[in-house]
Amino acid sequence: MTDAVLAATSVTDAGELDSPARRARRRLFKRKAAVAGLLVLIVFILLALLAPLIVPYDPIATSWSLVRKPPTAAHWFGTDELGRDILSRVIYGARASLLAGLISVAIALGIGVPLGLLSGYRGGFVDALISRITDAMLACPFLILAIALAAFLGPSLGNAMIAIGISATPVFIRLTRGQVLSVKAEDYVEAARALGNPDWRIAVSHILPNILPALLVQATLSIAAAIIAEAALSFLGLGQQPPSPSWGSMLNAAQRFLTQAPWMAIWPGLAIFLVVLSLNLLGDGLRDALDPRQR
Amino acid sequence: MLNFLARRLAQIVPTLFFVSVLIFSLQQLLPGDPALVMAGEERDPAVIEQIRHQYRLDQPVPVQYAYWIKGVLVGDFGESLRNKMPVRELIAQKLPVTLQLGAMAIIIAFLIGIPAGIVAAVKKGTAWDYGANFFALWGISTPNFWLGIMLIFLFSIELGWLPASGYVPLTENWRASLAATIMPAFVLGNAIAAILMRHTRSAMLQVLESDYVRTARAKGLSERSVILKHAMRNALTPIITLGALELGTLLSGAVLTEQIFSIPGFGKLIVDAVFNRDYAVVQGVVLVTATVYITLNLVADVAYILVNPRLRG
Repeated sequence: MTDAVLAATSVTDAGELDSPARRARRRLFKRKAAVAGLLVLIVFILLALLAPLIVPYDPIATSWSLVRKPPTAAHWFGTDELGRDILSRVIYGARASLLAGLISVAIALGIGVPLGLLSGYRGGFVDALISRITDAMLACPFLILAIALAAFLGPSLGNAMIAIGISATPVFIRLTRGQVLSVKAEDYVEAARALGNPDWRIAVSHILPNILPALLVQATLSIAAAIIAEAALSFLGLGQQPPSPSWGSMLNAAQRFLTQAPWMAIWPGLAIFLVVLSLNLLGDGLRDALDPRQR
Repeated sequence: MLNFLARRLAQIVPTLFFVSVLIFSLQQLLPGDPALVMAGEERDPAVIEQIRHQYRLDQPVPVQYAYWIKGVLVGDFGESLRNKMPVRELIAQKLPVTLQLGAMAIIIAFLIGIPAGIVAAVKKGTAWDYGANFFALWGISTPNFWLGIMLIFLFSIELGWLPASGYVPLTENWRASLAATIMPAFVLGNAIAAILMRHTRSAMLQVLESDYVRTARAKGLSERSVILKHAMRNALTPIITLGALELGTLLSGAVLTEQIFSIPGFGKLIVDAVFNRDYAVVQGVVLVTATVYITLNLVADVAYILVNPRLRG
């Protein structure tokens, strides 16, 4: 197997000496779908960061003379049930969604990776305990667990992020643990141990860097899932609270006025779809670029 | 086989124990005094004291857990704060609705996902393959509540073909029942179809390169028979397990889909319970969901062994 890998790598980089990261980046940029995903994502990130500078109207300013007006030159996406500009709300909504995606996955990584390292590296009772708890969490469907957690924590965007983050944690524990088990027996880990390095240093500086690619791929796909979950919780009223805009709560309002104002439903949904699609494209591309042995 | 079954069953027990601890401890997350939260609008100290006593909130947490799990083991999940019905009855009432929806969704997912996956693999690199891959990406990336809203707009409001919401039991009027559930079932099945398509495609691609398929072709069998009889049977075995694993997606999806189409099922039960602060119902629903999920995984493992002769010991 090692021979095959060596052969494969030497063919792809034609004798050049460059870092695996640079090689992976080049492979990623060769995939048009992944690049397109990355570009769309960058646009949404810029929209979220620059929201106050680019929105045409105040996203929470209501206007009784503009209730549920179809798209016009002044209001490109139309207005909602309180006369607010939908374009401005969609742009501000990117903040809630992207932030929720990032923070909940950061929580999942922050809890999941150390526990996975511990579980995989230590083995024994600690491993058994962590693994059974992971099994138990994985037995509760992701969104149902997130809803239950959000319900008990109370409805707010912050609590939704915590709920989604905790629900996404077991995937990272299991992934990290599995990766650790597969690299633990490698010679370089053995060598580091023979040199007398303490366990934590072996785990952090020898094992962790080698499992980063797998974590990066999973994190990208998990951000997509977290953004859908945040929209779902906000749709149910368990996430971002009114009047702050979020794509999920905008869809909730839109459903109530579907007969009179169908445009209210199109834009927030399209925004979720585009962001999630580009994260999925990027995640798939990263997987191919970082691990050519897969597929 | 018996050995395997015994080992798997032994694994389930600690998992279920941790699931129950997890779900029970959700209660500890409630901000403030749980008795006050449960009392809702009620502020009479006597009533609050009575609630505290009734739910044993005045006792240590492990004791509370022991009482709770003792009830759960005999099917007593407590009663709904809202309408005083036993949680078990509520679940028994709502579960069949979601099961019908779920069964229809799985059928739709298999009907779309498997043929699409086979066609994509057989016609790899052609427009068919790209089309199927695009469909899969679309299915995975579309939030199902948005798809539901869009379908209601198209088929109920614009075209007037299907009811926008509501539910009719299958036994009462099967035509009306199917009309009411076909859209939500499609919304639920769509994402699973996408996942099935991807797995079917890669499994078929692997099988199509194998020696026995080459032999079958060399024998002069028709391409049709090579694909349908030889390749497909082997490629589809792992898909059985996948079907069971996707049950979690299905149950998660049901929460939103039932909300959008106002279908009185399991998903709507948990959402209503969340909003009524009916915590016993939330805990009961999550516990039943997890148990069903774990059991189905076991069934899938056993089915996988039964259809795969190499694994039969």
